[in-house]
Amino acid sequence: MSTTESTTVSPGHLLLERIQGRSRPRGKVRRNATLVVGCSILGAIILAAIFAPFLTPYNPNTIDPLNPLAPPFSPHHILGTDEYGRDIFARILYGGRIDLLIAFGATSVTLVVGTAIGLFSGYSGGWADTVIMRIVDLFFAFPFFVLVIAIVAMLGPSIFNMFVAIWLTSWISYARITRGHTVVAKNREYVLGAKALGYGHLRVMLRHLLPNLVSFVLIFAMVDAVGNVLLGAALGFLGLGAKPPSPEWGAMIADGQNYILSAWWLSTLPGLAIVLVGVGFSLIGDGLADILRPSD
Amino acid sequence: MNRFSFVVRRILHVIPVLFGITVITFFLLRLIPGDPARQILGQHYTPASGHALRHVLGLDRPLVQQYLLFMKHLFHGNLGDSISYHESAGTVISAHFMPTFFLVVYAAVIATIVSIPTGIVSALRRGGVFDQTARVTTLVGFAMPAFWLGIILILIFSIHLQLFPVNGYGTSFVGHLYHLFLPALTIAIGFSTILVRTLRSSTLGVLSSDYVDTARIKGISRFTVLRRHVFRNAIVAVIVVFGINLAYLISGTVIIENVFSIPGLGTLLVDSVSTRDYSVVQGVTLIFAVSVVLINLLTDLVHASLDPRVVIE
Repeated sequence: MSTTESTTVSPGHLLLERIQGRSRPRGKVRRNATLVVGCSILGAIILAAIFAPFLTPYNPNTIDPLNPLAPPFSPHHILGTDEYGRDIFARILYGGRIDLLIAFGATSVTLVVGTAIGLFSGYSGGWADTVIMRIVDLFFAFPFFVLVIAIVAMLGPSIFNMFVAIWLTSWISYARITRGHTVVAKNREYVLGAKALGYGHLRVMLRHLLPNLVSFVLIFAMVDAVGNVLLGAALGFLGLGAKPPSPEWGAMIADGQNYILSAWWLSTLPGLAIVLVGVGFSLIGDGLADILRPSD
Repeated sequence: MNRFSFVVRRILHVIPVLFGITVITFFLLRLIPGDPARQILGQHYTPASGHALRHVLGLDRPLVQQYLLFMKHLFHGNLGDSISYHESAGTVISAHFMPTFFLVVYAAVIATIVSIPTGIVSALRRGGVFDQTARVTTLVGFAMPAFWLGIILILIFSIHLQLFPVNGYGTSFVGHLYHLFLPALTIAIGFSTILVRTLRSSTLGVLSSDYVDTARIKGISRFTVLRRHVFRNAIVAVIVVFGINLAYLISGTVIIENVFSIPGLGTLLVDSVSTRDYSVVQGVTLIFAVSVVLINLLTDLVHASLDPRVVIE
């Protein structure tokens, strides 16, 4: 068994080698640096959002009429206060819960559903594949943002309906990516071998095909997560997602736009939080791509 | 496949897509929870007026008939009536079309002018200071919310430096160029992050290709190789990227119009959501999707005429 393994190395084994950096020890440090920085940024933000009550004594929605529009680095408010005297730092921390929930809630569902549909479509082929791919093509004709707004418009603006709109439209990218790789991989020796051994379709799909294309899906998911954070913030900004007084970052930016002349920090600081989350996801995506992509 | 049959097949391919777009747009209205007539009429709802509206909208008929009615109206250019404008939705939409069109083209031009040199130089000086700077800039730029960037640009260029107006559309062509510069720049910055990355990797591909080596070995100067091979391929790459990311460009326009209060389709769309002007939402969605399909067709045809390999595939 060990002799055959040395001649035909399984893709999974190659992957493992790459992750552990055995095959190319020199590039390992630089590659993982991107991933480590990305994970650190995102990890720090997630922890800050979860443990917000321990990081700030303020409630994000408590009004302090005596202390409105305090600039950053004020004695008691490190990032200042808004027009109602609410602490900006507290609002950004608690707002992170909403924006991160959008990132993970929207991305994870579409990832699972889209991958499943793409896997099924590519593996089964035939008319089912044709029908599913025509539907995917159709959805691609719509500007994503416009379609999401239109669906939210019909269902009624709210955070939950925003999720529904993203779930309805965003699986198509995953389906297309997964299907493309499945069509190529299903005629490879390892899949034909698994079939020859008499394994069922479900087992072939989940145990043999899926592990070999999950890396492509994950890399795309990081880009998609950035997109979903921006989308959630954009809908909040337009008043179609999170509603005031919710400290969602996009809604905070919209709120601060009215005070742009006198209090620049109201709009600027939540935007920086969005950029930081986006950069975190992007770096993780780049790092994963460096590690997982076979040809580089 | 020869070129003619490619063109014909590509054009025929558009027809089922356009048909599908109308189906999705039609079903949008069915997403309204509960009774659409009650939602549309709001506080003006009475059983009689509800019944009348349901009849006008065709909601009292079977679904297939409703769709056929929708298509019949569509072929007559009838997108329904706008509740808040008291006009036909088609009239309202066409009145808002030009600013959006101008903005998309303007942003595309700025993005191209910025991206082509940046992408090519990044690839030529791979790993250099310029490349690294461009990489970090695109990384941050991609994560930046366009509406936030727009507000920051307003803060810097309109309020502090007073170089550009805060909002509006202008009256003449020069006025449009002046008023729409900041919004177009905002969209272009976001779009450039994609364009630069694609151009950089496609240029790297060209630079490592055999025909570039051959040209260099023949003794052709570096500059001529760049002009004849690298730059030409970059142009093709830009056209392809435009086709793929046009939807992204339009999405950016929708939100930026709202930041700069430009009277275009994006502002109309968002306003119509809050006034529950469903026929306008439907119409704008339809217009955007049809534009994307037609411009994609155009970029594919241009791509095929510049790169014969597309036709052979």
